[in-house]
Amino acid sequence: MSERKLRVMVAKPGLDGHDRGARVLARCFRDAGFEVIYTGCHQTPAQIASSAIQEDVDLVGLSCLSGAHRYLFPQVVKLLQENGAGDITVIGGGIIPDQDCQKLYDAGIKAIFTPGTPLDVIVDWIKKNVKPLE
Amino acid sequence: MEIGKKIKAGDIRAASRLIRDIEDSIPEAKFTIKHIFPYTGKAQVVGITGSPGAGKSTLVDGLVEANRKRNRTVGVLAVDPTSPFTGGATLGDRIRMQRHAEDPGVFIRSLATRGSLGGLSKAVGDAIHVMDAMGKDIILVETVGTGQQEVEIINYAHTVIVVLVPGMGDEIQAIKAGIMEIADIFVVNKSDREGAGKLQRELMAMLDMSPVAAGGWRPPIVTIGNSFKPEEFEQDIGKLSARIHEHYEFLVSSDLIGDRLRRKTMHELNEALRSSILEPVLNMLVSTGELDRMVEKLLKKESDPCSLAEEVARKYLQECI
Repeated sequence: MSERKLRVMVAKPGLDGHDRGARVLARCFRDAGFEVIYTGCHQTPAQIASSAIQEDVDLVGLSCLSGAHRYLFPQVVKLLQENGAGDITVIGGGIIPDQDCQKLYDAGIKAIFTPGTPLDVIVDWIKKNVKPLE
Repeated sequence: MEIGKKIKAGDIRAASRLIRDIEDSIPEAKFTIKHIFPYTGKAQVVGITGSPGAGKSTLVDGLVEANRKRNRTVGVLAVDPTSPFTGGATLGDRIRMQRHAEDPGVFIRSLATRGSLGGLSKAVGDAIHVMDAMGKDIILVETVGTGQQEVEIINYAHTVIVVLVPGMGDEIQAIKAGIMEIADIFVVNKSDREGAGKLQRELMAMLDMSPVAAGGWRPPIVTIGNSFKPEEFEQDIGKLSARIHEHYEFLVSSDLIGDRLRRKTMHELNEALRSSILEPVLNMLVSTGELDRMVEKLLKKESDPCSLAEEVARKYLQECI
């Protein structure tokens, strides 16, 4: 009997060691029944894109609290596209000022979740918007 | 077969997708595995097992580095447990291996156990085939953190490394019967910690009690120190690498590799049969000696396990049910 399982990756790009949020999310996704690959802190966009492809994930969740999201997030999307994996959904979260959100959406980030977002909201968004493979 | 070609060409995306299809039991994946099966059997498979937090992932990372320095391509299959309550899993082994994330010669794939009890995932055998068909020179299989009985790795690996750490008290006594028997190489990890010497002595005493046939293999004990001291750690990993190589050479020169391959192939065929037919058919196969004859065929690459299972099902199903 076949059953598709959602695979997601939680990653922290750039020079940012504040991983509490990312770990809470990794745990929360696990409890939602997803298979979660957590790659730890201080990752380059290239490491993240390459890991996402090796792990065949449906979604990459990026967490950034350092202020470098405007460079790092779009870079991950670009590298995924360049390597034939533009179908992987990328979402982001962390300390993201409101005025940056539109730029990130334009760059291909599908959703942004900032501090105070209930975990259920994120899980529901993923369940609604990310379907495991056909 | 388009996917099969891509995999033989080393396409990571196609390979990871195929592994996923196997994990998700997608019927089409079986066809691809049949197609690539003749191209498997070349890679060296090394299993790394031990209790949670013993340092398996860090050792795997060190072994990846050592193999890359010798220009060998590497596949890593890292298994972590699935939650029995939600079906979810946190796969965190590759955190220790991320320095290799961008190296095209290294393919790291995490697997969740999805209810398997032997310390591995049900998909691990076919995932090894996929990496093998991609042309990886060595495949490192990291089991879940094991207790006593998760010994299934012996059905897949040429060489099994059991990783132990000091300070676990009389755990040596407790685990004597299960996992202690499957080691080809013991690692005393974190050997800068108190109790490492005692652990090593206890292991030696245990090995002294285990008979080794003349010309046989006595599992060596490799001590590995603090991974935060990179130079010493690399030296220690070098020693471990050398022992792995020696063990493989031993298997080849003593022709024991045939036994290992036979055990591995027998296991694989068993799994395939189980998914196609039921227990009574298996009983019949064992009693008629037909199982042994099929293993011969597989070793000669004259067929693959799925095809053989279907043949048997056609032949026996009516009689048994």
